Amino acid sequence: MKIFVTVKQVPDTSGTVAVNPDGTLDRASMQTIINPDDMNAVEAALTLKDELGCKVVAFTMGPPPAEGMLRELMAMGVDEGVLITAREFGGSDTYATSQIIAAAIDTYGVEPEDIILAGRQAIDGDTAQVGPQIAEKLHLPQVTYAGEIKKDGNTLTVKRILEDGYMTVKVQTPCMITCIKELNQPRYMNIGGIFDCYQKEVITMTYETLKDHPLIDKSTIGLLGSPTNILTSFTPPQKGAGMMLEGDGKETTDKLAGILAAKHII
Amino acid sequence: MDFRLTKEQLLVRKMVREFAENEVKPIAAEIDEEERFPMETVEKMAKLGMMGIYFPKEYGGAGGDVLSYAITVEELAKVCGTTAVIVSAHTSLCCAPIFENGTEEQKRKYLPDLLSGRKIGAFGLTEPNAGTDASGQQTTAVLVGDHYVLNGSKCFITNGSVADTFVVFAMTDAKLGNRGISAFIVEKGFPGFSQGKHEKKMGIRGSSTCDLIFEDCIVPKENLLGKEGAGFKIAMATLDGGRIGIAAQALGIGEGAIDEAIKYTKERVQFKKRISSFQNTQFQLADMHTRMQAAQFLVYNAALKKQAHERCSMEAAMAKLFAAEAASDVTRRAVQLFGGYGYTREYPVERMMRDAKITEIYEGTSEVQRMVIAANLGVK
Repeated sequence: MKIFVTVKQVPDTSGTVAVNPDGTLDRASMQTIINPDDMNAVEAALTLKDELGCKVVAFTMGPPPAEGMLRELMAMGVDEGVLITAREFGGSDTYATSQIIAAAIDTYGVEPEDIILAGRQAIDGDTAQVGPQIAEKLHLPQVTYAGEIKKDGNTLTVKRILEDGYMTVKVQTPCMITCIKELNQPRYMNIGGIFDCYQKEVITMTYETLKDHPLIDKSTIGLLGSPTNILTSFTPPQKGAGMMLEGDGKETTDKLAGILAAKHII
Repeated sequence: MDFRLTKEQLLVRKMVREFAENEVKPIAAEIDEEERFPMETVEKMAKLGMMGIYFPKEYGGAGGDVLSYAITVEELAKVCGTTAVIVSAHTSLCCAPIFENGTEEQKRKYLPDLLSGRKIGAFGLTEPNAGTDASGQQTTAVLVGDHYVLNGSKCFITNGSVADTFVVFAMTDAKLGNRGISAFIVEKGFPGFSQGKHEKKMGIRGSSTCDLIFEDCIVPKENLLGKEGAGFKIAMATLDGGRIGIAAQALGIGEGAIDEAIKYTKERVQFKKRISSFQNTQFQLADMHTRMQAAQFLVYNAALKKQAHERCSMEAAMAKLFAAEAASDVTRRAVQLFGGYGYTREYPVERMMRDAKITEIYEGTSEVQRMVIAANLGVK
């Protein structure tokens, strides 16, 4: 049994966001972090590994420095990392990205007991599309917004947390599950893990590795193969400092009404 | 001298910084106020391999290096001097002498529990009449059949009331002076051993500091650490390593105070200006940072020497002397930059100032460090 986790390096939103002339993010010049929801997926995988002793493999697509992120995940307990990197893959939107990652996972080999975990969505694009699209392209069942995962044999019972309630779904492996932050609290790297992580293997999959896979077609990967066109990207203007009014009496509400009236909001 | 950190050391810093921010900082003021030993933090650190960083995995350690250990203590100390010294005393003063001087049986028996953090370690050298003059040991150990009988007491023992395993020094032959001192591994449950009064301290108030009392304490012969009479040498070598830990603690405390002062002075407005815009603030912070940066170089240099198994007495002494005095100076200046607020417990800099002071005293006062440095220079 294996658990695949898809992870993404995203811009650290506490820093400055840089944009390329074509509208895509200039990832090389920004501080990056591991996408927070993906950390919940990694933790879910490691929790299952602690229980069942399975192998956890992390997949990411990005420039070569993304290997550093895979090493951090290995220091948490991930067994192996797969770095999908090639110029041909650059500028991919969610459609192209999911196609490439699905091809990479398929190339690695999905077996009947395997599970693919992904974060719900990345904080840069906020689309929540890549996980579900990978499942579609691999013809696997998918359960999104997992807030709880229990495994019994080849059946997973997943509690979905939705805006208006909960839904419990049973699904057979192999399957894809997207994870949300309510699922768990990601663990820290372990010092022993840190000193082991550079001894573990990172497999690099390039265009050459994947080009013969049926999902890889130059017309549907990379910037040119991406149906999404970004018209413009920009850093939103900073909001001014908020104002806190404390108290639950009429005096406070009068003050609030006065401020709103002065700004011609009411 | 190359201070570029390895990829592993950078990850250690990142991990410990996150851990310190999320798990240690939120309770730092509380454990200081309540004088409460943060056992829950120790349990968390144990799971993450922080209680046995630079020891081999075959004994239960994390397989890391000495600089990663120094970085760990530094990062913890940035937010909590107490938590930093718990790790430092456990690692440098108990795990290290057992690892470096123990027989294979002793290492197999004691290290797995200590390095995994299941048990906490401490070190008993100081006595009421043997502080800076550590050679004046009055605790005695007499060999009777297959065990030693220890009598006497130790004081100011860091981790004293929470530790399970102690490296303790006692005089086995008073006629021989320093060469009559021997080291022993003592377990909490040994007959005749007890932990005495808790010291109420100025700083590092969450750490446990207490007396150890030996009243006809029975220590099995096989718990002699090193050879009989080698105790003073073991103690001095242990303190060389320990001073790197305390120097890293001082370094972190000073750096933490600078972090707080930068944050505060950028927010605090006086005369309709942020006080960070005043040249006095800028010059103060520039001096403070320069001192701590110099301290960092000395600490890392000593750690790298130890890592390379080179003699590091002088380097460790210089690192501790400079970092401790810099930390006291920098924290005092930080309180001054905060003004009246800095004197209150609403902000952490007064705690940092109190915590910094002990680094000039324990594991050899600054005066002892100067003696060590001068002796290494051949100045008699």
